[in-house]
Formats: sequence, structure tokens, C-alpha cells
Amino acid sequence: MNGPRPILKTGLALTILGLGLAVVALVLTGFGQFSAFAAEHAGAAGEAAAAGLYGPAPKLTAADYPAIAGVNGRIVVWIVAQLHLWFAAFVLAVPIFVFIIEVIGMRTRDKRYDDMAYEFIKVSITAYSLTAVLGGFLVFALILFYPHLFTYLSTIFSESMFYYALLFFAESAALYIYYYGWHWLQGGFKKWVHLTLGLVLNAVGTTLMLLANAWLTFMMSPAGVDAAGVFGGDAWAAIHNFLWNPINIHRFVANIAYGGSIVGAYAAFKFLTATGRQERAHYDWMGYNANFIAICALLPLPFAGYYLAAEIYAYSQQMGITLMGGIFAWLFIIQAVLIGTLFLSANYYLWCGMGRSDGAKRYTKYIKYIAIVLVGAFLVWFTPHTLVLTNEELKALGGPHHKILGPLGIMPAKNTAVNVMIIFTAISFMFYRRANKIATVPWVKAGNAIQVALYTAGIANIVFLGIYHGYFTNTVYKVAASIPQVLTTLVVIAGSITLDSFIYRGSKEVGSLQWGRIPERAQYALFLLAVAFTWLMGLMGYIRSGIRQHWHVVDIMRDASPDAFTPTLGYAANVVSVAAIIFMAMVIFVFWIAQVSSNKTLPAGYWKE
Amino acid sequence: MRIPKLLQAVLVLAGVYFGFIVVFDVILDAVIPSSLLVMYMFFVTAGVFMVFTYDEEGTRELVAPIKALVEDPSKRVWRNIVFVIVPLAAGAGTYVQMQPSFEAPLELRTIHPAPPSTAKIYGKRVNLLKLENPFRKLEKEDPEQFRELVEEGAAVYIENCQYCHGDKLDGNGPYAAGLNPTPLNFQDVGTIAQLQESYLFWRIATGGPGLPKEAAPWISSMPVWQNFLKEDEIWKTILFLYDYTGHSPRSWGHE
Repeated sequence: MNGPRPILKTGLALTILGLGLAVVALVLTGFGQFSAFAAEHAGAAGEAAAAGLYGPAPKLTAADYPAIAGVNGRIVVWIVAQLHLWFAAFVLAVPIFVFIIEVIGMRTRDKRYDDMAYEFIKVSITAYSLTAVLGGFLVFALILFYPHLFTYLSTIFSESMFYYALLFFAESAALYIYYYGWHWLQGGFKKWVHLTLGLVLNAVGTTLMLLANAWLTFMMSPAGVDAAGVFGGDAWAAIHNFLWNPINIHRFVANIAYGGSIVGAYAAFKFLTATGRQERAHYDWMGYNANFIAICALLPLPFAGYYLAAEIYAYSQQMGITLMGGIFAWLFIIQAVLIGTLFLSANYYLWCGMGRSDGAKRYTKYIKYIAIVLVGAFLVWFTPHTLVLTNEELKALGGPHHKILGPLGIMPAKNTAVNVMIIFTAISFMFYRRANKIATVPWVKAGNAIQVALYTAGIANIVFLGIYHGYFTNTVYKVAASIPQVLTTLVVIAGSITLDSFIYRGSKEVGSLQWGRIPERAQYALFLLAVAFTWLMGLMGYIRSGIRQHWHVVDIMRDASPDAFTPTLGYAANVVSVAAIIFMAMVIFVFWIAQVSSNKTLPAGYWKE
Repeated sequence: MRIPKLLQAVLVLAGVYFGFIVVFDVILDAVIPSSLLVMYMFFVTAGVFMVFTYDEEGTRELVAPIKALVEDPSKRVWRNIVFVIVPLAAGAGTYVQMQPSFEAPLELRTIHPAPPSTAKIYGKRVNLLKLENPFRKLEKEDPEQFRELVEEGAAVYIENCQYCHGDKLDGNGPYAAGLNPTPLNFQDVGTIAQLQESYLFWRIATGGPGLPKEAAPWISSMPVWQNFLKEDEIWKTILFLYDYTGHSPRSWGHE
């Protein structure tokens, strides 16, 4: 009996490993060929153009956009693309942190981490199918409603679209083996095989995202084509366009934050429906971890967003002003409000979570001061550049300029505010971590004094940089000052965490953490986090796409459809909100289906005895 | 005597609300726009309730008076009074909000309409993404000549622009009061300090009629200055605008 099993085990392990390596090989060789192809064609780009292999971008008329069954093609594409993106963001993010949690589980040998990682990936399985279904729907919608645009883009990106389809197979294979093999590939070498599969899954998923990002950024900042849109044959140039990397970075970080918030909502949903104490404790712990992931990714996100916006501005003054000074500026106010909401709900969740420890009382007295600073910074963060004034207010001010609020409307004030919000969120987190510990090192007072000095100096530096460079130097320094501000924030947070780890080395615990001892209100903060993220991504996605205005491909291929207009803010917000509601309904379905498999009915008398 | 939590919350909110009005409207003499005050108060309220409800004890204390009002039989009279007053107050508030008035509707006007990537100026098609002020390089190469050009720009400004934009470039010229929206204040850090010179050139040369239709409706009484000024005169005026206000044009290269 025992004879063949090790062989079987080894064989299967090797099969899995081989499959994993095959996927890696596919990715690598695929891209090797692809870059070889690109390099070869780059040299022959001129020849390709001269030989007339590629035509110019078509000049369309309204008749080139099929009217199908009275359906508004733009809204269909808009909503389907948005739904696809939400699900894709989720299913790309979950394997990233599942991988990390699995590593933590392997290092600490704490099975709870492994179980949590499995539960996270279980939630993403149905979402994965929905992503693929919506992706297919999106392609059909584009072919049906925008056939010429799709033809033009697929001419330029033919190879990458082909590889994209192939990679989807690799992604599915890696995901299904990773998920269904979870309990089988446990312990020793097998666990390492499983972890490798997770790595392959993430590599393929990220590559898929990078490819799709290239297509949409090409539409914003076309490259590899001439002024008439004639493709030169260099596929890499078209992929590696001006805005590709800024979008890649922004989406990669945002996806993790988003994935964290969605599984946080799942944990909250399970917590609220849990019946037993143990179950509540488990989902409280899971919600805490999901929120932790979301916050960790949320903290650098404003910087990635600022980098993207600065690059858009650098690419085109017109796009930059449309984005932040023109018609879309008002959506940025909504964006600011939603980002502030994210920070407030994340902090509120941490404060509520301090109730898990009996030692929290020592720190809760500071919460009101953190709240004052957070709300104050938040108010600066969303103060608009152009104020909405009644005629009376206009008369009282003598014009639309407001001497106090006006300067708060521009980026230096916003950057300062968001850095302060991030630092105070880090302080909330520090108090949370300290709540259950008592330091035993003799220099604890000195250590705390250094912490205070570190935060004070950091905040002073951020405020100084914001005011001096923001208002008394030219725009080059104004924009550049955001970098030392960010670095200050990062140094303060990293320094504080390091110092705290020394202060609390060998510390005593006040008592064991009471998982599950958290008000139900806190779970709604987790829901709010997920909803705010979803809505925010929808609105910002619309802005990113909308700044192309009446262009399919900026300055190259004009949108001649009857829907080429820039919709009013209310109209756009309604479409995004409807899409967000559809998404939420689908997510509730995903949550429900994830728990259906564990439900069992005993049909008494149904089956033959 | 310890103030009940609910009263504390109400006092904090009232304090912040009147604090904003006193600081802005009275002390700083710069009214706080009501639209903004509503947004500010919404999030201040959220912040206050976050602080009062993060633990069970605080929450219980906060909602205790409300719970008692609704559930305590001895508070029947008060309950009835509140249950009549609250809907009436909500109704009155709605009535006041919805009442027709002679006030012109609010406009979501933004200060900088986005420029087109190219524009026809002085009969030539100009790429606004690449256009530069031909005199800017003299600031370093020949400061003396640069000063002369700034002076010439100042003369053009005083002859043509100050009637609306003001002799201090603060948007408060003699005709400014007759215009709605009022002319732009160049001293404000949010106007020309944020823009490239090519943007100013386009706005000055093509004026209100040159605003892009994609960003409509734009209202601007700015004349089409390419019909009245020479190209050089516009560039010199732009030098003067930055020189006088002390702002630098938006650029991407370090000095």
C-alpha cells in the first residue's frame, strides 16, 4: 500500500512543478519572442510603413457606428468595461496578498494564516469567472459598437492581444491548481510547490494587467504611430507609451488596496452573520488583516496617483488642465471626499478595534486629537480651487477669488494635507499595536520622546515644504516638493515602526487579545471602505478615459459617434453609480456562493436506503 | 457637573459651525461660501460621531437620551413634542430650500478652461504643447534687454488690459465690477502661476470666442487680442504679467 504513494506524490509534485515551469517558460519565451519580434520590427518600422502594411487611422462618420436594437453603445461599453475592471482588480489583487499570507503562514507555522489565505482565494474564484465573462462581453461590445476602433487597435496590438489570450489559459491553469490543490499540496516540498504556483499565478496575472494597460494608455498617449496614425511596426514602442508605467504603478498598488477592502467587506459580512463566538473571532481577525492590507496599500496610493496626474500634465497641458482645472475638476472634489472617507473609515475601524485589548485605555484619550487633525486635513484636501458662490457671496468677496480658501485649492495644500492624514493614520495604527503591550526596556521614556520628536520634525518639514515650495517658488519646485514630502512621510513611518520594535522588544502583554470584541458599527466601516473604493475607482476611471474627450486615440483617431460629447457631471456620476450598484449586487452573489458549498441538506427519505 | 455626551456633541458642532462664520465672515472679512460650509460641516459631524462612538461605553452614553426619549414611558409628553417638532422642522427646511427665488442659479465655472492642442493664431496653426515665449531666454542671456521688453509689455498692459484686470493685476480694474465673472486676478497663486506661457498666449490672442466648444459653456468677455495687438506685444505683456506678480510660468525643466 505504501509503496506507490511516494512515487505518486513525487510524480504529481513534479507534474505540478513542470506545469508551473511551463507557464513561466510560456511567459518568458512568449515575451522573448515578442521582444525579439518588436526589436526586429523596430528596425523595419520605416520599411513597414513605407511598404504600406499599415494604413492611417480611419476618419469616421456617425454612420460608422452601428445602431443595435436601440441600445446606447457607449453606456454598454462604459458599464461593462467598468465591471470588468472592478472584478479584474479584485482577482489580480487577491492572489498577491494570498501569496504573502501563505508565506507568513509558512514562516510562523501558524495554520490560521493558511486557512485565511485559502478563504480569500475561495472568494476570488467566482469573481475570476465573472471577470472572464465580463471581459468577453466587453470584447463583443467593442466589436459590435466600435468596430473601426477595435480593428485599428487590434492591428497595432495584434501580437499582444494574441499573447493575452494565451496567458489567460496560463492564468486559469495556475489559479485552479493553486485553489483546488490547496489542501493536497500541504507540508514540506509540496507546500513549496504550492507557493511556486502562487508566484506563477501572480506573474501571469500582473503581465495580463500590463498588457491591457498598454492598450488603454495608447489611446491616451499614442506612440509608435505617425501623426496620421500609421503604425510604424514597432509594437514595443506602442506598448511602452508615455503613460504606460504611471498607470501600471497606480493600478498595481490600487488593486491591492481594493482587493483588501473587498475581502474586508466579506469578513464583515461573515462577522455580522456569524452565530458562534469562535466564528465571530475568526472573521474579526480576518477583517482586521484585510483592513491592514487595504491600509498598507492605501498609504502610498496618493503618491502613485499624483505621479500619474503629473505625468498626464507633462504629456499634455491640455489633458492636464482638462483633468484638474477644467470640466473634470469637480469630479476631483468628489474623489477627494471619497479618499478622505477611506482614511476616516480606516481610522475608525482601528479605533473600534482597540476595544479588543484591555490596555487600550492608555491610548484612547489621544483619539480625539487624531480626529481633529484628520478632519482638518480632510477639509483642506477637498476644498475646491473654484468655489461655488452665490451672487451675494460673490459681491461680498468682490470677485470669485477667496484670499484664504483660494490658496487651499491648489496642489501644494492638498499634498501637505494628504501627507498629514497618512502620518496620523500611522499614529492610529501605532497606538493600536501598542494597546496590548507594556514596554519593559529601561529607556522607554527616552524612546517615546524620540518618537514625539520624529513625528513633530516630520510634520514640520511637510508643512514647511508645502508652504514654502508651494507658494513661493515656481511650478517646477512646486511639483518637485511633493517628493521630499513623501520621503519625509515614509521616513517618519519607517523610523517610528523600527523604533517601536526596539521599545517593545521583550514587552509584556496586557492580556490576550479578545478577537470578536468589536462593535458591529466597525464592520460597517469595512463596508464603507469597499463601497467608497468601488465608487472612487468608477469615477476616476471615467475621468481617466473622459479626458480624451472627443478622441478615440488622442489627436489621431477622432470619435465621430453621436456619443462623442463629454457628459455632464450628473450624468457621468449616475452611470458610474448604477455600475457600482450592479457590481455590489454581483459581489454579494460572490460572497453568497462562496459559502453555499459548505451548506448541507439531509434529504430524509429521498434516497433509497 | 458633567455635560451629557449628546449635548457635548451638539455643542462641539455648534461651536465649529459658528467658529467658521466668526473666523471667516467677521475676523478675516472673507465670507465662507455656504456650499463649502455645508460640506465642511458634514465631515466635521462625521468626525465628531466617530470620536463619540468608537467604544461601546461612549456610544451607550451618547444614545441614552435618545433611547430614553423613545422608550421611557415617563417621557411621553416630551416624546410627543419632539415627534411633532422634528417633522415640522424638516418640512420647514425643505420648504425654504425649494422656495423659488430671484437668485441666479449657481454656476460651476472653472478658472482654467483646457486649451486645444493646436490653435490658429495670427493665421498660423500653432502647437500649444510646444509653443514657447521667444523672449523668455533673454531673462538669462541678456537681462538688460529683457528688462526693456518687460517695460514695453507693461506699457501694452496699461494701455489695454488694466481697465479690467487692474493696475495691480489683481482683477480689480475700473470696469471689473461690471463683469460677471469678474476678470482674473493674476496675483492669485491659482491662476497664471499654474500655467505655461503658451496657455496665456492662446487665451490672450483668441479671447472669449477662442474658448473650446468641448468645454462649453464658457462665458468670457475677453477680447480677441490678435485683432488689436501684434504677436510680439502679447509675448512682452506675458513677460510683464509674470515679472510684476513675481510668479514664474509653469515649466518642466529646472533652472
